[in-house]
Amino acid sequence: MQTSVNAPRPRGSVWTDPQIRAWLFQIIAVIAVVSLGWFLFQNTQYNLEKRGIISGFGFLQNSAGFGISQHLIDYNESNSYGRVFVIGLLNTLLVSVIGIVMATILGFLVGIARLSPNWLLSKLATIYIEIFRNIPPLLQIFFWYFAIMLPLPGPRQSVSLGDLFFISNRGLNMPSPDPTGAFWPFAIALVLTIVGIVLMRRWAMARFEATGKTFPILITALAMLVVIPGLTVLIAGNPFAWSVPELKGFNFRGGWVVIPELMALVLALTIYTAAFIAENVRSGIQAVSHGQTEAARSLGLRPGKALRLVIIPQAMRVIIPPLTSQYLNLAKNSSLAAGIGYPDMVSLFAGTVLNQTGQAIETIAITMSVYLAISISISILMNWYNKRIALIER
Amino acid sequence: MKMVKTTLAVLTTAAVLGVSSFAQAGATLDAVKKKGFVQCGISDGLPGFSYADAKGNYKGIDVDVCRAVAAAVFGDASKVKFSPLTAKERFTALQSGEVDVLSRNTTWTSSRDSAMGLNFAGVTYYDGQGFLVNKKLGVSSAKELDGATVCIQAGTTTELNLADYFRANGLKYTPITYDTSDESAKSLESSRCDVLTSDQSQLYAQRIKLAAPDDYVVLPEVISKEPLGPAVRQGDEEWFDIVRWSLFAMLNAEELGIDSKNVEEQAKTTKNPDVARLLGAEGEYGKDLKLPKDWAVQIVKQVGNYGEIFERNVGGGSELKIERGLNALWNKGGLQYAPPVR
Amino acid sequence: MTTHTFKPDLPPPTMSVGVLGWLRANLFSNWFNTLLTLLAIYLIWLIVPPLLKWAFIEADWTGTTRADCTSDGACWVFIKQRFSQFMYGFYPAELRWRVDMAAWLAVIGAAPLFIRQMPRKAVYGLGFLVVYPLVAFWLLHGGFLGLEDVPTSRWGGLMLTLVIASVGIAGALPLGILLALGRRSNMPAIRVISVTFIEFWRGVPLITVLFMSSVMLPLFLPEGLSFDKLMRALIGVILFQSAYIAEVVRGGLQAIPKGQYEAAAAMGLGYWRMMGLVILPQALKLVIPGIVNTFIALFKDTSLVIIIGLFDLLNSIKQATTDPAWLGMATEGYVFAALVFWIFCFGMSRYSQHLERKLDTGHKR
Repeated sequence: MQTSVNAPRPRGSVWTDPQIRAWLFQIIAVIAVVSLGWFLFQNTQYNLEKRGIISGFGFLQNSAGFGISQHLIDYNESNSYGRVFVIGLLNTLLVSVIGIVMATILGFLVGIARLSPNWLLSKLATIYIEIFRNIPPLLQIFFWYFAIMLPLPGPRQSVSLGDLFFISNRGLNMPSPDPTGAFWPFAIALVLTIVGIVLMRRWAMARFEATGKTFPILITALAMLVVIPGLTVLIAGNPFAWSVPELKGFNFRGGWVVIPELMALVLALTIYTAAFIAENVRSGIQAVSHGQTEAARSLGLRPGKALRLVIIPQAMRVIIPPLTSQYLNLAKNSSLAAGIGYPDMVSLFAGTVLNQTGQAIETIAITMSVYLAISISISILMNWYNKRIALIER
Repeated sequence: MKMVKTTLAVLTTAAVLGVSSFAQAGATLDAVKKKGFVQCGISDGLPGFSYADAKGNYKGIDVDVCRAVAAAVFGDASKVKFSPLTAKERFTALQSGEVDVLSRNTTWTSSRDSAMGLNFAGVTYYDGQGFLVNKKLGVSSAKELDGATVCIQAGTTTELNLADYFRANGLKYTPITYDTSDESAKSLESSRCDVLTSDQSQLYAQRIKLAAPDDYVVLPEVISKEPLGPAVRQGDEEWFDIVRWSLFAMLNAEELGIDSKNVEEQAKTTKNPDVARLLGAEGEYGKDLKLPKDWAVQIVKQVGNYGEIFERNVGGGSELKIERGLNALWNKGGLQYAPPVR
Repeated sequence: MTTHTFKPDLPPPTMSVGVLGWLRANLFSNWFNTLLTLLAIYLIWLIVPPLLKWAFIEADWTGTTRADCTSDGACWVFIKQRFSQFMYGFYPAELRWRVDMAAWLAVIGAAPLFIRQMPRKAVYGLGFLVVYPLVAFWLLHGGFLGLEDVPTSRWGGLMLTLVIASVGIAGALPLGILLALGRRSNMPAIRVISVTFIEFWRGVPLITVLFMSSVMLPLFLPEGLSFDKLMRALIGVILFQSAYIAEVVRGGLQAIPKGQYEAAAAMGLGYWRMMGLVILPQALKLVIPGIVNTFIALFKDTSLVIIIGLFDLLNSIKQATTDPAWLGMATEGYVFAALVFWIFCFGMSRYSQHLERKLDTGHKR
């Protein structure tokens, strides 16, 4: 008796064939999604038309006509809504980037402190984590802004550091370097020097590989950095004119200012996110087998070095994926700026602009797409980094 | 298979919903009558205009306008529900149909009247933008505010007026834009900003909320025209007329000396043809508006005439103690003027 | 014959046992550790005494008005006076027993689920999940079966926070499971739809979602079809949260060994029965801690409804601090809000950690 393994299975009807069913199912799903989208789109169109609301993105060219407290690029009231959008975007990115960098540093420190053999330190780290990750970020932002920043002394009673830095509830005022005519020679010299250092290092490494002779890279690089741009300063003059903040009338004039809204937002987001990152770091380090620590110690590495050279690089593979989602959360939480008047994307564009123009659908759509783009960029970046460190595994 | 059925079911439901609701589409008045109340968008907390007391009852001029509309439509001023809206969401809420009337100290401007798809039914309060500063700063005029930090509420015309005013006078300023007036008041108190700008009526309201109201003064300059009034969606003239004439009825009542105490008696005994027409004793003016005959009687009886509303919410009978000023009737030196009923 | 007798043990050196030994080993083992310890002590000294002084020693506890707060410390009178508003919002005072009853029913109803020996736990759990929301809706909202109607605009305080968080998670769970299955499906169209949906909602901030659902949803729907404001916020929360749940469930699905799928298929189970009877029960059990964590995140996120003008715990407190009779109580208010949020979140996170430990044993691969 012989049966063919490849014989076609008996078919009841078309309906029971899994493949056809799969196709049918998918087609229905696609139709359902498309028609739902069409249904919503139609309604929106109908509703907009009926209420006489003008839609489209033309409003982006209109003049905005209101002031903004913090703009990284030049801005005045006659600029367009489009420019307001760019300012909001830059402000959001500013908070996100500073927050991510600071939260990473603080998070790693606390995470390592939590595993410290020092009992007091590890308990403190635990308390920090348990307190700050269990309180809503919005509340923390309110706290830093209304309870810490605003009660600082006013501009006239500000605390000054050497008459260069001033801390008040108007923010941190500091001197700013304004480029003078000598700026470009200086900048070009600086860039050339850096290129030179990179080339020098490459040459030194190649020579080391080939001949075993070492070259004092660090000292040479430092010397180059001081001497070459220094020469341009001597020849062409000072590249910067320092503008020092001065109390004139109501406010400080001149220099840079970090507004308290930004400080409160960054502080709150950093402290909140760092609590989560610390937990990720802790579990990442704990995931590295204890044998690794012992092996590192038996090679004669000190605890600090063992941590830096052996444990953390391996732990990173475990840490990166949750770290990515913490970064994403931080970027999204920066939208809470609306609560304290920091001109970020949401409060500026999806708030003020939306309200001045009434273009709700357009502004919200743009805002959401920007956040999506930021999220996807962070994901891509972190995935790339994750792949890169994963390659180290042999 | 089950999934297929569910999907189909969802689709059919969606289709049915779509059809049935298009069939439902009609005038706002019909929809309002059907649901049995007027949905009214008000502010999220502004003494004198709309705010909730400790028990959650809403009070204020803006609230009374909505109650007047309910009184006209249903003969019962309590048939109204309130949606507290932030400055940001107010227009979208009206456009989207979430509220039937937006009575939220909203300034009547050309772009709001046109591009945003709103219609302003009238002016409940003639306001203008002013400045509130700490006396300590020694400022007596807005012209001295060069370089000041200014607190302001997001998404309001004040934001634009402020920019215009400083630009026109060649002054520099830094705006700090908050979502709510409470935040800007807190900010002013802690001297994060030197000056708070808003409609003058709001400045008085803000001032009584400060811990030391006497340390702050309202500067004399009024830098803008802010006619505040209720708005409705474009495209429904019938509803627009109802809201507009509910407001006019209150103004006419004050002008004709009708108030909540004497209105019923007046309706029965009046010899004055103007009063008779307003109160429905003569003619069918209510019917033209698709309202009951006694619409104006109900408004004045349950809510009051304009003068009464002003007095109790922002005038001498309130903590704000604002003078009538521009808001006096036209024959008493103010701007409030209602077309006649005839 | 001499017998060797051991000498009695010498006591260990005093520096390695007892309090001193512990201190030495844990706090002062080397100069670096000593430095850290001193730093930590300094930090504690900087923060704790002023905090205790403000919150307890110099605080006012009794009285009824602001004038009763005479000392420098916190004025807890404010919290005491407004406590019921923080808990119930503007819910009519004479009907608040209904809220209490709903809360007690939840506690009593859910209690058996935490008893280890309880038979037929899954059936009971499902039944509870189906019946309780109906009862709770009847109690809270009323309007039928003899209870007076309390519109959602009067809901507020902690009650609203809890309603949003629990309805959000309960609604997001089924949708999230479907999405997770869709993402792991081998039908490309379904996969693409699920992935797009999940990544979209995970990529945007909740604040924009809430804004969209609260004011723009009516623009998308046919005219005349509208929901309650709270309902719309809930729809936004559910859609948003389902994407996160989907990712958590996907993690659970991935942890189930392939053998389970193959075995189920070999027994002739179709897709839905395989998932429903074999895979999901195992996967869902694995992801309970993850779901609890998502719930914690949502619970914290509910504070964002302040943006759309719903009066949750935080907004009720914020509102109360602007009352002219209680000016300057913002710190007390925020501290109280932080405390309430913290108690809930910390409790739940402890529970989720406990679950993680408990579930860890069986499924380690």
